[in-house]
Amino acid sequence: MSGARALYEQVILEHNKSPRNFREMEDATRTAEGMNPLCGDQFTVYLKLDGDKIADVSFHGAGCAISKSSASVMTTLLKGKTTKEAEALFVKFHKMITSDPETPLDDEALGKLAVFGGVRAYPVRIKCATLAWHAMLAAIDAKNDPVSTE
Amino acid sequence: MSTPLKTPVAGRAAAPFDDLEIARIRREFPILEISCNDHPLIYLDNAATSQKPHRVLCALDAHYRQANANVHRGVHMLSERATDAYEGARKKMRRFLNAPLTCEIIFTRGATEGINLVAQTYGRTHVGAGDEVLVTHMEHHSNIVPWQLLCAEKGATLRVAPITEQGEVRLDEYARLLNERTKLVALAHVSNALGTVNPVKRMIRMAHDQGAPVLLDGAQSAPHMPIDVRDLDCDFFVLSGHKMYGPTGIGVLYGRAALLEGLPPYQAGGDMILSVTFEKTTFNSLPHRYEAGTPHIAGAVGLGAAAEFMTALGIDRIGAHERELVRYGSALLDGIPGVRQIGTAPDRAGVLSFTMDCAHPHDIGQMLDEDGIAVRAGHHCAQPVMQFFGVPATARASVAVYNTKQELDALAAGLERIRSVFS
Repeated sequence: MSGARALYEQVILEHNKSPRNFREMEDATRTAEGMNPLCGDQFTVYLKLDGDKIADVSFHGAGCAISKSSASVMTTLLKGKTTKEAEALFVKFHKMITSDPETPLDDEALGKLAVFGGVRAYPVRIKCATLAWHAMLAAIDAKNDPVSTE
Repeated sequence: MSTPLKTPVAGRAAAPFDDLEIARIRREFPILEISCNDHPLIYLDNAATSQKPHRVLCALDAHYRQANANVHRGVHMLSERATDAYEGARKKMRRFLNAPLTCEIIFTRGATEGINLVAQTYGRTHVGAGDEVLVTHMEHHSNIVPWQLLCAEKGATLRVAPITEQGEVRLDEYARLLNERTKLVALAHVSNALGTVNPVKRMIRMAHDQGAPVLLDGAQSAPHMPIDVRDLDCDFFVLSGHKMYGPTGIGVLYGRAALLEGLPPYQAGGDMILSVTFEKTTFNSLPHRYEAGTPHIAGAVGLGAAAEFMTALGIDRIGAHERELVRYGSALLDGIPGVRQIGTAPDRAGVLSFTMDCAHPHDIGQMLDEDGIAVRAGHHCAQPVMQFFGVPATARASVAVYNTKQELDALAAGLERIRSVFS
């Protein structure tokens, strides 16, 4: 597999079709919106914080397969983590996705995030993959302004 | 053909090109020979920009090799040659639009600059507090925002004629919105997001009955149909060269001399003046009054060559070929489960806009690129249209004279593959 077929890993397609934690959260303690004005992708990320622990996380909105599956995978990884751990995870994800596409991935360290390795070859899609992550960080920081990838 | 063809000259339907003619036309476009991701390039993003024929590339090259100098100043041979070429291009564009006077052809950077020029000169002079500017719901952002800014500055109101589910202007509402406060109407001749060909001749008559002049945004019509500004009776017409086989960075504003004369300048600089002292400047006459600074001389020459290219092929035949492609492509899209066409007006030019239930437009565009097929994905600078149809974006395949039914078959096959991968 090469090219776009490699970009759209089975895991990505599956999360796109059946996104996890895809719902609005009425008792969220923090929310933030992420939007990509270029393509109209728009997601809201909901966090329920218990102290500095993420007791629950969900997202809702509309976007492409890359942005939606990335948001979905993100929510599965964040539940039960501290806000510090969430931020560290973002740094790891961001570092991976902006790395040289030729660099081999450390699948073991990256875990589920490794499926987004194919995005590295498509610079315009990096914004899609990180959209919900940026919204999550903004929610932790309790910034209520919409986050834009532009 | 599902829709009657515009045949202003012959009064009968122009024939689309046959396969041999299309093969010959394709050979005039060198870029169509390149491959994309190991596939022959299938370029279906023509509403964004068209490819350039050999004739236009040669005109640009020859200008810089044999005629390059500044215009309207030098007494030397090259300057005269450059001036002749530049002013010759203006005459070609007058003929292309059937404008009454050559001085009514103003070279701009493109349709966007043409609209801004009218907003900044005619608009700022004639639109005041309490007045109204009327647009439609299907305008490109470039035919919304300049009027929004003008209205905000002047205390005027921007009114919007609504559209139907098919993507046509509601003429009853348009008629209702026209009134004595309407100081200008700005209309897309053809919608870039939907392909709808608006009944502009009728809409212009309706506006004139209320005393309102009309600007036609011809960015998406000039590539696809013969334009006759006298027959249309529009007051302003703008086009972009790069969408009609010409270079980027050059376009035309046609404006009635009677309306343009006496307006304040748009930009100030060289070439637009008659005399300058520190006390007073006298401005040049049309069209130079609106062309401050050294113009895009080579671009104008290239645009003139593009207009000749279209005329030589027969613009009504280009339109007939493209309408046949849109009809054919639209039927193919109808046959793919989960595809929703956005914009289904009976009279469409150049554009097939659609969504799929299983895949986002960006994913469609990315997957098609893998097959060597270039389409546009996004809001097409027409966010109000997207909002009306309740979609964040669409995929848009748009055709030009060199496209074929086989290419649309490849598009349909690509969409079927996307459906099998994504659902």
